[in-house]
Amino acid sequence: MQHTFIALVENKPGVLNRVASLFRRRNFNIESLAVGRTERPDISRMTIVVDCQDKTDAHKIEANLYKLINVIDVQDVTHKPTVTRDLALIKVKASPEQRAEINNLAAIFRARIVDVAPDSVIVEVTGTEDKIESMIELLRPIGILEMVRTGQIAMTRGSYQGERRTPGANGNGWYERDPEEIGLAEF
Amino acid sequence: MKLSGAEILWECLIREGVEVVFGYPGGAIMPVYDAMLNYPIHHVLVRHEQGAAHMADGYSRASGKVGVAMATSGPGATNLVTGISTAMMDSSPVVFITGQVAAHLIGGDAFQETDVTGITLPITKHNYLVTRADEIAQVVREAFYIARTGRPGPVLIDICKNAQIEKTEFVYPEEVRLPGYRPPIRAPREALQRAVKLIENAKRPVILLGHGAIISGAEQVIQHFAIKTQIPVAMTLLGLGAFPASHPLSLGMMGMHGEAHCNLAIQNADLLLAFGMRFDDRVTGNLKTYAPNAKKIHVEIDPSEVHKNVRVDVPLIGDLKAIVSDLLPMVDEYDHDEWLQQIAEWKAEGDARSIMNWPNDGKLHTAHVIHDLWEMTQGGAIVTTDVGQHQMWAAQYYFMDKPKRWITSGGAGAMGFGLPSAIGAWFAHKNEEIWAVVGDGGFQMTAAELSTAVQEGANVKVAIMNNSFLGMVRQWQEFFFEKRYSAVYLHNPDFVKLADAHGVPARRVTKPEEVRPAITWARQTPGPVVLEFVVEQEDAVYPMVPAGASLHEMLRRPIRQPQS
Ligand SMILES: Cc1ncc(C[n+]2csc(CCOP(=O)(O)OP(=O)(O)O)c2C)c(N)n1
Repeated sequence: MQHTFIALVENKPGVLNRVASLFRRRNFNIESLAVGRTERPDISRMTIVVDCQDKTDAHKIEANLYKLINVIDVQDVTHKPTVTRDLALIKVKASPEQRAEINNLAAIFRARIVDVAPDSVIVEVTGTEDKIESMIELLRPIGILEMVRTGQIAMTRGSYQGERRTPGANGNGWYERDPEEIGLAEF
Repeated sequence: MKLSGAEILWECLIREGVEVVFGYPGGAIMPVYDAMLNYPIHHVLVRHEQGAAHMADGYSRASGKVGVAMATSGPGATNLVTGISTAMMDSSPVVFITGQVAAHLIGGDAFQETDVTGITLPITKHNYLVTRADEIAQVVREAFYIARTGRPGPVLIDICKNAQIEKTEFVYPEEVRLPGYRPPIRAPREALQRAVKLIENAKRPVILLGHGAIISGAEQVIQHFAIKTQIPVAMTLLGLGAFPASHPLSLGMMGMHGEAHCNLAIQNADLLLAFGMRFDDRVTGNLKTYAPNAKKIHVEIDPSEVHKNVRVDVPLIGDLKAIVSDLLPMVDEYDHDEWLQQIAEWKAEGDARSIMNWPNDGKLHTAHVIHDLWEMTQGGAIVTTDVGQHQMWAAQYYFMDKPKRWITSGGAGAMGFGLPSAIGAWFAHKNEEIWAVVGDGGFQMTAAELSTAVQEGANVKVAIMNNSFLGMVRQWQEFFFEKRYSAVYLHNPDFVKLADAHGVPARRVTKPEEVRPAITWARQTPGPVVLEFVVEQEDAVYPMVPAGASLHEMLRRPIRQPQS
């Protein structure tokens, strides 16, 4: 199943490469990876979506991320209430007659037409992965010329925290709990 | 005062307590070599950068300090790679310093430009590309700190030529600030209590000691712990020396070529206490059948090792010495007589098959040579090895009672390690007896370092076990490929003449009765010496757990080897 991790990393050159290289080296498949600035200029935030075979994979990913000196904190927010967003720009083939149809679709998805050319439009849609997938499915028959997605970004709601499974990692104050509780029991 | 980047580098190395640097100069690191002349750090000029890497590694393993190796950009740096990955696999703290082309040339395929931080990213604990002189002090400070703390490992600093030349104010950073790097030390009380409960209930416990036991300096407290709880102690290849081989509770080495009674004890255990070891495939065999009835306590400093290969019941993350010290007062004295008795029976049966109990068949066996060496040096030498059969025989028959005296490439299994690591170890302990036990194959990978040994007057004795084969590969072909020998025969040079050409005294030994006199002669001869032992060509290391087999499914030495 897909796991979503939030990693806080030092904002230094090459850190993205280190993270990407780690996933390749340890044989994990990244579904999406989004990096951006945070409220602190010295820290960047990564949202990493990975397909995990089993629960130990999630544990391994976390622990290995901590091995990178520049990684400050890792949380797995998969099972926590979060706001997740992905943004897509979709260029759709559109004769003037088709524009109304696209407009209607866009309205349903609260998407926006952000560029209009004689034979195409660009639709901008923000939301969860599911929402974007459905929008794409509906636009596909009309003719998608080009598409780009940012990859997911995520934030836990309210005061919820993601799971931090890595025992003793970086003195984050967390320590090994019951195997059941951290989902390793069935390993 | 303003100093050049190169001078700052040496200033920092001195403050880190560096006494010796192993290296090889070249264009992109010339300013560093020029500045070196003004500083009291000894530089060892090697013959190949791989040698420098292994020397720094050997120095580090023998001394417990951080080793330093240096090379120029491009091919100089890439020649280090085998040594870097060897240090990485065996958690050796080594700081590698490489020259890089000037910052403004990076990315343009300048002469001898190679993406060294890119290449070494997966084989270093951390690495740095330094483009400005004012970064050097901070980076060197961090590099040494990262290399030696937590789970130690190699750190590489790639310094652009302009950064070596530029002058800047030298400010030595008083502290390192690494927000993402805080190695854990102690485990919480609840976790320790869960471990104690398992220990209390165990009937057939075994302690598994890895390299971590030596790295954390936990040997003494582990000894107290083992004696108090009467739990027998097995060691990984790199854990040898962490617990005295001569102690009655020692089971010797575990794993693929481990002792039979040791592997049987592990397979029949009801509790494993894994101390600073990582359940490598060479020690577990088939994971599905590994110690099936044992609960597992894993004391480990690197959280990513927990549950990696073997699911454990109680992980205790932190420094081994701290954690065992915390456990010690929490455990009682237990009586495991029945269990120890059972192991003793397995051991007695194994002894009957041991090569040491063979009748003397007049042939020269590596195991005999090693055993003689052990007896004659009273187990007191520092022994480095190369990789292959001789390495396993050395592990089996040179019984180590003390830590940091057994230096071998475990995780990487890098041939060519033996001689340079011995030279490195000599720089750590110039008054100790040092033997490099090497195969004829591996020796030739870094044999040029003999010349370095001569130049430095390094008092290392090299014992070449010459079987004219890549012995370990030949053994696998014999066992698992129907004796179809493919690319394993070596037509060797005359090793005595080769040594002679280096000005190194050398002798060839072909008969068992010549072994002891030759060793005596080597020990009495000052400086580097080469002994070539012309040993049985088709000997095999037993016991052997075939790759992927269960740990108890060992191939055992036939009671009498058919005489050929
Ligand atoms: C650099 C490197 N290349 C290849 C191997 C694979 N390998 C492992 S043991 C071995 C044979 C070693 O032969 P030798 O040095 O003669 O020692 P022996 O096994 O005969 O004692 C080889 C080729 C290796 N471990 N390292």
